[in-house]
Amino acid sequence: MKGYDLLDLAVRNLRQSKLRNGLTTVGISVGVASLVAMLSLGVGLQQLATRRLAGSGLFDTIFVTSRQDFRGFDREDDARTEHPEKAPVLDEDARTKITNLPSVTEVEPEIRVMGEVVANGETHFGFVTGLPMSARENEAFDSLKGKFFSGDNADEAILLLDFAKELDAKGPESLIGKEIILRYGERQALAPETNDRPQMNGAENTTESGDDYGFSVVRKEQPLRVVGIVDQEPYGGMRTVSRGRIFLPVRTTERLKMAQFTDMRSSLRSGGGKIYMTLTVRVKDPAKVQAVQDAINQMNFRTFSVLDATKSLRRFFTVLDLFLGIFGSLALAVATLAIVNTLVMAVLERRREIGVMKAIGASDQDVKKLFFTEAGAMGFFGGILGILLGLAIGKAINFGTAIYLTRRQLPAEPVWVMPPWLVGAAIAFSILVSLMAGLYPASRAARLDPVQTLKYE
Amino acid sequence: MSTQPRSSVTPAIRTENVTRHYPMGDGLIRAVDGISITIEQGEFVALLGQSGSGKSTLLNLIAGLDRPTLGTVLVHGRDLAKLTSEQLAQYRRNDVGMVFQAFQLISSMSITDNVELPMRFAEVDRDERAQRSRESLEQVGLGKRLDHRPSQLSGGEQQRASLARALANRPRLLLADEPTGNLDSRTGEDILNLIRELSLAMRMTVVMVTHERALAERFSQRSIYLADGKLVSEEMRA
Repeated sequence: MKGYDLLDLAVRNLRQSKLRNGLTTVGISVGVASLVAMLSLGVGLQQLATRRLAGSGLFDTIFVTSRQDFRGFDREDDARTEHPEKAPVLDEDARTKITNLPSVTEVEPEIRVMGEVVANGETHFGFVTGLPMSARENEAFDSLKGKFFSGDNADEAILLLDFAKELDAKGPESLIGKEIILRYGERQALAPETNDRPQMNGAENTTESGDDYGFSVVRKEQPLRVVGIVDQEPYGGMRTVSRGRIFLPVRTTERLKMAQFTDMRSSLRSGGGKIYMTLTVRVKDPAKVQAVQDAINQMNFRTFSVLDATKSLRRFFTVLDLFLGIFGSLALAVATLAIVNTLVMAVLERRREIGVMKAIGASDQDVKKLFFTEAGAMGFFGGILGILLGLAIGKAINFGTAIYLTRRQLPAEPVWVMPPWLVGAAIAFSILVSLMAGLYPASRAARLDPVQTLKYE
Repeated sequence: MSTQPRSSVTPAIRTENVTRHYPMGDGLIRAVDGISITIEQGEFVALLGQSGSGKSTLLNLIAGLDRPTLGTVLVHGRDLAKLTSEQLAQYRRNDVGMVFQAFQLISSMSITDNVELPMRFAEVDRDERAQRSRESLEQVGLGKRLDHRPSQLSGGEQQRASLARALANRPRLLLADEPTGNLDSRTGEDILNLIRELSLAMRMTVVMVTHERALAERFSQRSIYLADGKLVSEEMRA
């Protein structure tokens, strides 16, 4: 029998017992809806957690240091490194190589220096740190008063609220748009003294910065416009750059040649060239962190990331999804029994009809396929109805959660998200489960003896 | 006792010592017990006998609805016992048309849909199916009742619809199991007249099970009498 005819006959047959088949289909749809609702809740919660983690700016970041430096801090790492003294340094070349790795979006040095702010004729001490433009996405800036930096080389500053209060206790926000003076130590390169030169190994490689020989620190002042005030430390206070009270665009801090504690280490190194103590590598997606970290390790640098948190989170959500899926499937399992019941009843009721069909030329396979198609059609319609019902449940969950969060002065966020693949997967699964439920009734119908069925009428 | 073929042309039906036994409790019911008959192409044959004589069982064996315990059933030279169940279904679909005492129309379908059903199994295209079902129903005089349900028709009309369904795939063999059993005598005669006309027009072989001797004598060319699953006598008409 042709596919179209099968479908046509199946739908006609289903319409014969509208109430019974309708109730069975609704049963399937409730099963599908509960499965969809549960899985979407799992997906929604996972996305919410991932979004929170991504917002913290910690889980997509790798900290890179040279194995030459900080030896003795990490014994395990020391044991792994055969000749740390021969390990490469974090120079401009290494920075370029890391920048060019796939999935890397940003490579910035961690800059934190001491400074003084002169405002209203008073001076206030504070640490100054350089923030990359990507810090805008950090959740700390969700509640930023004012604006973020207009560019990564702008003469602008964002102040920590506590520090702003120190500058202007009554109206810290009035500082936005005003100019402040930042007093800082500028690193100035020193030319080597004549009698030192012969002892300097590789001194001929002196670069433009001339930092390889030595430097002096000179007090400088730089006017900055306050563009914003932030009430919490960026990156959850977990990074070097978090612990600042005055934030500048990272390029501005580089341009101003602000003297850092670690410059001392650089000046001791022979061979020349600008080197970094720490580079912060930002990766497109927390899932890509491991691959990028491996690639940087291959380059023989020491790396550190907060990867394990996302790993265990994924594991947690896999288990959660599994359990939600199992609970969701329970209703579908009950619905499956309803399909078996409905079809077995149909076989009993339609014994004579099946006998007639066989007598006028239907094969066992035709009969089997017909019952299968009826089961599949119930699964299909049940699946579609289930998706709609699941969607309604999801909307209700999100609506309820939004009201709850808003009442607690928290931003409303969707906890229930139905990914598009779930729509197709749920309908396919519903059809598959229905076909499986149709196996027994279909083979029972196919096995009916036409002579017997036509005799008892 | 057996009938002999009367010509060298392959007979429409030939059974050789065909036997069908059913186990019943500890015993055995010998529904058909070693019957050998030959029916020529285009013949109209009546199978007669009391209830339980085995005439319907023999008809089911010829129809390929049942398989013999022993012996062979050859239809147009093909041994039905050697066919797979799929091939038997194909045989029923293309070579046989069946008419039943109780009409056996599917009550949830219109008579057009009923007539189209065997053509659906034979995978006939939709347009051709519609045309052929209309023609078949017109042939049996139901051209104006195409969309009626079986329950909206009289007994005679239902049997006509059932005949139209049997003829839908243009079979070479028409098997009728008590086609007049549920009809009054006049309607029964009308139906048999129709069967005779159509079988002549379509050159079909007809095997009819009946217990009404008078009808058999009037419409068939040959009557075969069965009792207790055995062939007891045969009556040929000129």
